[in-house]
Amino acid sequence: MSEYIIKNGHVFDPVQKIKGDKKDIAIKDGKIVEASEVSSSAKSINAKGKTIMAGAMEIHAHVAGPKVNAGRWFRPEDKIFDSHKKPGMTRIEGGKSIPTVFKTGYEYARMGYTFAMEAAMPPLYARHVHEEIHDTPIIDEAALPVFGNNWFILEYLKNREIENTAAYIAWILNQTKGYGVKIVNPGGTEAWAWGLNCLTINDPVPYFEITPAEIVTGLMEANEYLGLPHSVHIHQNDLGNPGNYKVTLDTLRLAEKVKPKNDFGRDQVMHSTHLQFHAYGGESFANIESKAKEVMDYVNSNEAITFDTGNVTLDETTTMTADGPFEHHLCSLNHLKWFNVDVELETAAGIVPYVYSPNVSVNAIQWAIGLELALYAKDPMRCFITTDHPNAGPFTRYPRVMSWLMCAKTRNERLNTFKNADKIIDRTTLAEIDREISLYELAAMTRAGPAKSLGLSKDFGGLKPGMNADIAIYNINPEKLPTKGEDYEKAFSNVAYLFKDGKICVKDGTVVDNGQKKTFWVDVKVNPNKQVRHDVVEKFLKYYSVNEGNYSVPDDYAPHQHIISLDATHA
Amino acid sequence: MKTVTLTVKKEPELYLECETLTPDAFAGKKADEIAKIPAYQGREDTTLGEYFSIAGQAGASAAETQIIINGDCSKMKYIGAKMSAGEMIVNSDTDMYTGGWMTGGKLVVKGNVHSFCGLGMEGGEFIIEGDAGNYLAASYRGDWRGMQGGVLRVKGNAGSDICTFMNGGEVIIEGNVDIHIGTHMEGGKIVVKGNANRRVGGQLVKGEIYVFGNINVMMPGFKHNRDVELEVDGTKAVFAEYLGDLGERHPKRKGETVYGKLYLKK
Repeated sequence: MSEYIIKNGHVFDPVQKIKGDKKDIAIKDGKIVEASEVSSSAKSINAKGKTIMAGAMEIHAHVAGPKVNAGRWFRPEDKIFDSHKKPGMTRIEGGKSIPTVFKTGYEYARMGYTFAMEAAMPPLYARHVHEEIHDTPIIDEAALPVFGNNWFILEYLKNREIENTAAYIAWILNQTKGYGVKIVNPGGTEAWAWGLNCLTINDPVPYFEITPAEIVTGLMEANEYLGLPHSVHIHQNDLGNPGNYKVTLDTLRLAEKVKPKNDFGRDQVMHSTHLQFHAYGGESFANIESKAKEVMDYVNSNEAITFDTGNVTLDETTTMTADGPFEHHLCSLNHLKWFNVDVELETAAGIVPYVYSPNVSVNAIQWAIGLELALYAKDPMRCFITTDHPNAGPFTRYPRVMSWLMCAKTRNERLNTFKNADKIIDRTTLAEIDREISLYELAAMTRAGPAKSLGLSKDFGGLKPGMNADIAIYNINPEKLPTKGEDYEKAFSNVAYLFKDGKICVKDGTVVDNGQKKTFWVDVKVNPNKQVRHDVVEKFLKYYSVNEGNYSVPDDYAPHQHIISLDATHA
Repeated sequence: MKTVTLTVKKEPELYLECETLTPDAFAGKKADEIAKIPAYQGREDTTLGEYFSIAGQAGASAAETQIIINGDCSKMKYIGAKMSAGEMIVNSDTDMYTGGWMTGGKLVVKGNVHSFCGLGMEGGEFIIEGDAGNYLAASYRGDWRGMQGGVLRVKGNAGSDICTFMNGGEVIIEGNVDIHIGTHMEGGKIVVKGNANRRVGGQLVKGEIYVFGNINVMMPGFKHNRDVELEVDGTKAVFAEYLGDLGERHPKRKGETVYGKLYLKK
């Protein structure tokens, strides 16, 4: 395999605490090595006046699977005028908020991303998720199966059976080639099958007589019982509603009850996703206001929590979530089309197109809240930038979100030119914040932080010798930082170079190699569990529309696997 | 105003997608530069010069440019799509998406147009001297934003599903139309001077539909309100006014419910 040495660049790496110093980075056999270890024939790349970071890691996006594809079906207008092929080796890149798998891979790579987590995999349709993941070029991916409304889980946790819950999680991860435990609107999505919802953490789920608080706590305990690389990953109850910050704080406090236990260097027990949608004050959309400060005061004080922002990008997009009742609610607000599906014993999903307009006060307030969360975060290793793609905006807008975070002038220009700017400034605290996120902090928020939260910090998210050679080089000179947000945006949209596994995949914003992407999943060994085996057999006989033998994801659906094996057999 | 004349010299094997055939794309260019403007056939990139002989030159801006197209364009899509100013005269039939998303200027097609023409039109004037196909002045597949503004006139007949999701502007069909007129319409004005078939104004929320001839079968969601004398596109007559679609959600304005209106000439 070829050797490279990247010379004269400014390195930003929170793993080694390097804050823009000039340092040569050497690559050999797909790994980063000491500069002395490469031979004299190593190809030299001059990165003078450029910024070098590890490949960025996406912790939460909806990029593969049945829900994303349903969005593609029912929004043909999302692909309009995208039918022509760009020159070069790439395929046609269609879609704006729900891009094709090819565009997904290319665009992440062009922005310097090398990993993306598909945030919600319905176990029953895991095969579809893996088919799309396999077809997404360049970037490594993994998927989180959803557990928060699964009948097995609800029944076990009703009786506080943590060991059975853990054994079932291990079985699902193995069957679906999943990565961790996702929870979406715990209990609420199951309640939706009864035409109801759970809007606080104490609302009982119909029939199952269990509360969201019990589901979340039980799944956290089971997650730590297994010692999974990632913590539970939660989309909380009452998403998107004014006044929901109290429910958010109640949910976050559940993390105080559980201690992290794993061999992956992960410190949190809960990852709270798209927090922007959960930080609203007020009683109605007429007086909605930001409670980002209150939420962040708590998050800053509890080191057992990581979160991602869910920044609104002010674009036309397609909302899609396993939070079925929320999508029905959203459709009643904007009167656009609505898609709804129930996934048997496991989960549900809804899809509604949505236009975030700078002229609509609620949307502008949402925009401000997303930025406030990141700007109030004291520890950038626990705060990650997302747009909950495509819910708050397409992931292709990350460079713009970064420009708002890194350039106060650009941010304030946007804030002050909203149609109802006075109202937005009054209902949020963004105007009072002058913090600008530094390149070093950004490297923590998009590289080292997500890697640690996902339990991948041994090999990913940094530039230490021995780590995987996933490297992004940007046209940003830290000695002469851009003064305009649009310069940041341009630089972050088009890497000068992207190395994936030590191979150049993007050069000057142009894809030159499809890389060798891998699918990450977690294989946990647990004690044999007769109860869970019995329940699986029974549920497949009684309820499922497929046989158990047709449920699992065969190896040929994920031909390039990176399996994280762990032993959770308890004596 | 300067004129560019295009004459078809080669018929496309499949269909030629010429969304670049607009005064906006031509502005400031000479004939040899216009010949190099990209066009697409299937998955292959080509140029306008490959299919047209080009004479004359464009004006400095779109508004100062007139384009005249001669020859058979019946296998060419997107002619005049997204044009914002200037003038285009097509002495032929055209294929789908002609004049889609126009925001200004004037487009005249001397022959017939295929389906999906004038989609999402926002402004300008689009005149079709022959017949139009289905989905005229409608929204793109899946979209909820149909015609927003401008004037579209068809001198012949139009097909079915015209003006779906129409939000504004004016469409005049001098001949007859088939089924599904103004479905989901939330604004704008449709005038049908001939007869309409069935399902006129299904899920009509707001806006006006005028029919001079007969409607084969009325939708059940319309209620007769009053008779009123009006002047519609130069014709003075008494019209029966119907409110509807009563099965649909209707907005309120100043405490009053706003209905869509269907006028049938008496």
